Amino acid sequence: MSGVALAWQQFRIERKLFWRNPSAAFFSFILPLTLLLLVASVFADDGDELDVLIPGVAGMSIMATTFNAMAYNLTFLREQGILKRMRGTPMPTVSYFAGFLGNSVANAFVQVGLVIVVGHVVYDVSWPKDWFELVVFTVVGVVTFGALGIALSHAIPNFDSASAYVNALFLPAIMISGVFYSSDALPAGLAAIAEILPLKHVIDGYSDAIVGGQGLGSELGALAVLAAWGALGITLAVRGFRWQD
Amino acid sequence: MSAAPAIEVSDLRKSYGDLEAVRGLSFEVGRGEVFGLLGPNGAGKTTTVEILEGYRRRSSGEVRVLGHDPERRERDLRQRVGIVLQSCGFYPRLTVREAVGHMAKAYPHPLATEEAIDLVGLGEKSDVRAGKLSGGQQRRLDLALALVGDPELIFLDEPTTGFDPAARREAWEVVRRLRELDKTVLLTTHYLDEAQILADRVAIIKDGVVVAEGPPSDLTPEAGGYRVSYLSGGRRVEHQTEDPTDLLHRLTGDALGRGERLEGLEVARPTLEDVYLELTAEAEAEL
Repeated sequence: MSGVALAWQQFRIERKLFWRNPSAAFFSFILPLTLLLLVASVFADDGDELDVLIPGVAGMSIMATTFNAMAYNLTFLREQGILKRMRGTPMPTVSYFAGFLGNSVANAFVQVGLVIVVGHVVYDVSWPKDWFELVVFTVVGVVTFGALGIALSHAIPNFDSASAYVNALFLPAIMISGVFYSSDALPAGLAAIAEILPLKHVIDGYSDAIVGGQGLGSELGALAVLAAWGALGITLAVRGFRWQD
Repeated sequence: MSAAPAIEVSDLRKSYGDLEAVRGLSFEVGRGEVFGLLGPNGAGKTTTVEILEGYRRRSSGEVRVLGHDPERRERDLRQRVGIVLQSCGFYPRLTVREAVGHMAKAYPHPLATEEAIDLVGLGEKSDVRAGKLSGGQQRRLDLALALVGDPELIFLDEPTTGFDPAARREAWEVVRRLRELDKTVLLTTHYLDEAQILADRVAIIKDGVVVAEGPPSDLTPEAGGYRVSYLSGGRRVEHQTEDPTDLLHRLTGDALGRGERLEGLEVARPTLEDVYLELTAEAEAEL
């Protein structure tokens, strides 16, 4: 079987495993959608709030489906010896990781799509004004957060503690990056931290793509910050990579 | 056995920092042979096997596995080798059939999925998820995952550790079947009876070097050898001898002369365990 066909096989197995893992399906799909529905219901009549919320939850979804998922999954695969086992088979490394990462990318796109559809159909938020910008920020967000998640997995000592490591970063990040309310309302100190971290910039990009419509040119600063985090994440992800504990 | 050995190891060395775990190890494994690698913990068994499997790089020495240098991790070699690792799981949410079927796709000429599952006796568990299998069944799944590619050479690292006696016997049956299929097997084990029963030849490793090598039945301890014992006045008397023929003749002759029976007479051949304990005694004492 060719390397491409093997990557496809791995991707299909990863999809199957994803749907058989209740907590993965919950945290990647159900939780963001539930939060969206709950918070949106509160502000259902406030169009301005919804214009903040839909890009915010879309950005949170990107982080959950890539950063969180990579950190959990790689820690698990390493602890279980599955990575080591795969390395001993003729499965090409590139095919294996293409299938593995592809699963996460698929989740990210599906989830962002769901958020936008729910926002439009249920809450009457307009369709994205700039689809190209939406796709660009999704791709850049997936790469950046995926790489950072892989890098984080290198620092997690075992699967039992993975949840603590991931949420210690994920929960503060969504609180200060303008997921549920505009980050303009934050105290200056927190706003400055959010400005350095990547999530706010994904959300800014989504906000312009969905609501603002000024185009990619207006968000080059956000792209630059994401590119810097992406480069750092890829460097750490590759350098620290271990096949086994 | 064809001309080229399945595994050739010559003056293999591996250091971790200041610690030299393998110190000039040499052995060969012929095609179709079941070869046992024995030794106490820390003797360098796992390091050696992981170098042969391509997981670790050697510090120096020559290694050939099916004619390849495993360090180069060529796909052609990995297609011809099956690896059963110590304590390596698989996706717990895949069924046995899904797991074996998925692994089969990575190989050019795999066994039929059902055939690999039957080979390890997991047929009735085909639709059970890996995470729901007992410990022994999971080890058999490991074996099926290593065998489904129909490899020429199989590495079995401690394949029966944690098995109950019945499960061990079943695993031994699988290894015997592999031999019948002309597979080459490199077996590492703590269990000397296992090596004695399964292996055509063994190498005993201590402190990173081979201290004895040969068919288990040819390895004899330097002191004693056969043990002859019987009961005398309710107490067991034991003699050790290189050749029991003469001793037995004398003992039975004397007993007959006295008109007595030799109660509880036992003649024990030296076992691999005797050799092993003698050769590794020093290492154990250091612990």
